[in-house]
Amino acid sequence: MQYTFIALVENKPGVLNRVASLFRRRNFNIESLAVGRTEKPEVSRMTIVTDCANDVDAHKIEANLYKLVNVIDVQDVSRQPSVTRDLALIKVRATAEQRAEVNNLAAIFRARIVDVAPDSVIVEATGTEDKIEGMVELLRPIGIIEMVRTGQVAMTRGEHSGIRRTAGANGWREVELEEIGV
Amino acid sequence: MELSGAEILWECLTREGVEVVFGYPGGANMPIYDAMLMYPVHHVLVRHEQGAAHMADGYARASGRVGVAMATSGPGATNLVTGIATAMMDSSPVVFITGQVAAHLIGGDAFQETDVTGITLPITKHNYLVTRADEIAEVVREAFYIARSGRPGPVLIDICKNAQIEKTEFVYPEEVRLPGYQPPSHAPKADLQKAVELIGRAKRPVILCGHGVVMSGAEEVLQHFAVKTHTPVTSTLLGLGAFPASHPLSLGMMGMHGEAHCNLAIQNADLLLAFGMRFDDRVTGTLTTYAPGAKKVHIEIDPSEVHKNVKVDLPLVGDLKTVLTDLVPLVDEYEHDDWLDQIAGWKAEGEARSIMAWPDDGKLYVSHLIHDLWSATGGGAIVTTDVGQHQMWTAQYYALDKPNRWITSGGAGTMGFGLPSAIGAWFAHPDDEIWTVAGDGGFQMTAAELSTAVQEGANVKIAIMNNNFLGMVRQWQEFFFEKRYSGVNMTTPDFVKLAEAHGVPARLVTAPEEVQEAIAWARNTPGPVVIEFKVEKEEAVYPMVPAGAALDQMLRRPVRS
Ligand SMILES: Cc1ncc(C[n+]2csc(CCOP(=O)(O)OP(=O)(O)O)c2C)c(N)n1
Repeated sequence: MQYTFIALVENKPGVLNRVASLFRRRNFNIESLAVGRTEKPEVSRMTIVTDCANDVDAHKIEANLYKLVNVIDVQDVSRQPSVTRDLALIKVRATAEQRAEVNNLAAIFRARIVDVAPDSVIVEATGTEDKIEGMVELLRPIGIIEMVRTGQVAMTRGEHSGIRRTAGANGWREVELEEIGV
Repeated sequence: MELSGAEILWECLTREGVEVVFGYPGGANMPIYDAMLMYPVHHVLVRHEQGAAHMADGYARASGRVGVAMATSGPGATNLVTGIATAMMDSSPVVFITGQVAAHLIGGDAFQETDVTGITLPITKHNYLVTRADEIAEVVREAFYIARSGRPGPVLIDICKNAQIEKTEFVYPEEVRLPGYQPPSHAPKADLQKAVELIGRAKRPVILCGHGVVMSGAEEVLQHFAVKTHTPVTSTLLGLGAFPASHPLSLGMMGMHGEAHCNLAIQNADLLLAFGMRFDDRVTGTLTTYAPGAKKVHIEIDPSEVHKNVKVDLPLVGDLKTVLTDLVPLVDEYEHDDWLDQIAGWKAEGEARSIMAWPDDGKLYVSHLIHDLWSATGGGAIVTTDVGQHQMWTAQYYALDKPNRWITSGGAGTMGFGLPSAIGAWFAHPDDEIWTVAGDGGFQMTAAELSTAVQEGANVKIAIMNNNFLGMVRQWQEFFFEKRYSGVNMTTPDFVKLAEAHGVPARLVTAPEEVQEAIAWARNTPGPVVIEFKVEKEEAVYPMVPAGAALDQMLRRPVRS
């Protein structure tokens, strides 16, 4: 199952390398990883999407992330009410006659055409992974020349926060044992 | 006050209470070596950087303080790597300080440039690359704090040469600010209560005593707990000494070469209380068959150890000493005589098979002579070992009553660890009796440190168990490869002459009747001493849990009629 983690990390050189190295060393699989700044200049935020067998595996990832000195907070937002977004740029083969078709498809997915060349256009799409996948499938027959995606970013809705399973870690709140699958 | 980066380093090290560093100089750390002359720190010049790492590790384990090792860039730093990994696997607090090429040269494959922070990332608790002098004070302060707190471990600081030379205002940071690093201490009250209930229901409880007991200084409260709940204690290899071997509740060592009654107790228990241990494959046997009837409570400071190998019923994440201190007043007194009788029965059966029951047959067995060493020293020496059969025999027969006196490479199993770790331990306790027990193979890996021992006058007694084999590998080939011996036959030098060439008094022992006298001679001879014991060549360590077998499926020593 796909799990999505939000990790707040110190904005220091080499931190991304530490996180990536950890996933490699512990044999965890990264589906996507997006890093960027936050409202605080000293803090960066990572959204990490991984494939885990179960909650015990998710606990392992969390706990190992906390072992990195530069990691401040880790939350699992997989099953929490949250907004997740992925941004894609898709260059599609399109002659003047095909542009309208691409345009129509883009409109359905609330995507935009952000560049027009004689025989191609670039579509910019933002949304959940599912939505983007859906659009890519429809564009494929027309002819995708290249594509780039940012990977997911996530934020919990309203007052909600993610699950913190790691006892003793920063910001840990007590969770019932049943919750972590034992 | 303006100081050079190198001076700031030494200012900070002396403020951390560092009295001795183990190291080796070279191009990229010469400013550090130059500044060292102005500070009251003793430098031990090793013969290979691996030796420096193990010495600092041995010093840390014997003293309970942070050890320090230094090396230059490139090959100097990479020579430390085995020692860093060894410290990491055994959670030993060591700060490694390496020189690096000047910051503006980094990435250009300059002479002796190696990506040391990259290489050591997975084998350190944390590491730093320092490119400016004004970073040094904060980094050193943090490094020592990280190395010794929480689950201890090695921290490496790679300092660019320009940062060593540049001058800057020296400000000693009053506190450490690490927002992402807050080691846990107490466990939640509700979980303590759950532990109390599980303990109350248990009829066949066993305590698994790990290295964490030593690291958190929990040996006293562990005794209170064990006595109050009448629970027997079995130790991991690194937990030996944390619970007195002479205590009536002490069972001895568990695991691959643990005592049969310990493994049987674990497999038949209804409650395992795992204290500061990590269910390493060397103590569990096959996981699917591990302690099938037992509820498992795990008290552990590192949350990533929880459910890592063995899924437990109740994890208590916190500092072991703190958690046990919270727990002891909450538990009731119990009595488990039936259970202890059952274990005693298994133990008696094991004793009948024991090699210790064999009469003198004129042959020299390592187990017998370790027992002699134990008798001669009253069990009071600090003992370090190398890795192999002799290590297991020493663990089995040098029964320890106190912590921080048993120094061995457990998690990494690093050959070559014995002699340098003993030298390090001597710097921690120069007035104590120190022995290292090594195999002929492992001793040769770091034998050059004999010369260091002489230069420093380190009073360490070196016992080499010479079986002309890589004994432990030979044993596996005997048991699991139908005795096809491959790459284990070893021609050894004349260790007595080798020692004497270093100016170390030495003796050869070939028969049991010479053992006691030789040990007495070594104890009465000041400074480093070598005894080479020509031991039985094809003896095996028993019991043995074969890889992939259940913990109670042990190969046992055949009963000798
Ligand atoms: C650096 C290193 N290389 C290889 C091994 C694998 N190994 C484990 S025990 C052993 C044999 C050790 O032989 P010796 O030092 O003679 O000790 P003995 O087992 O005979 O007591 C070997 C090669 C190791 N643990 N460490």
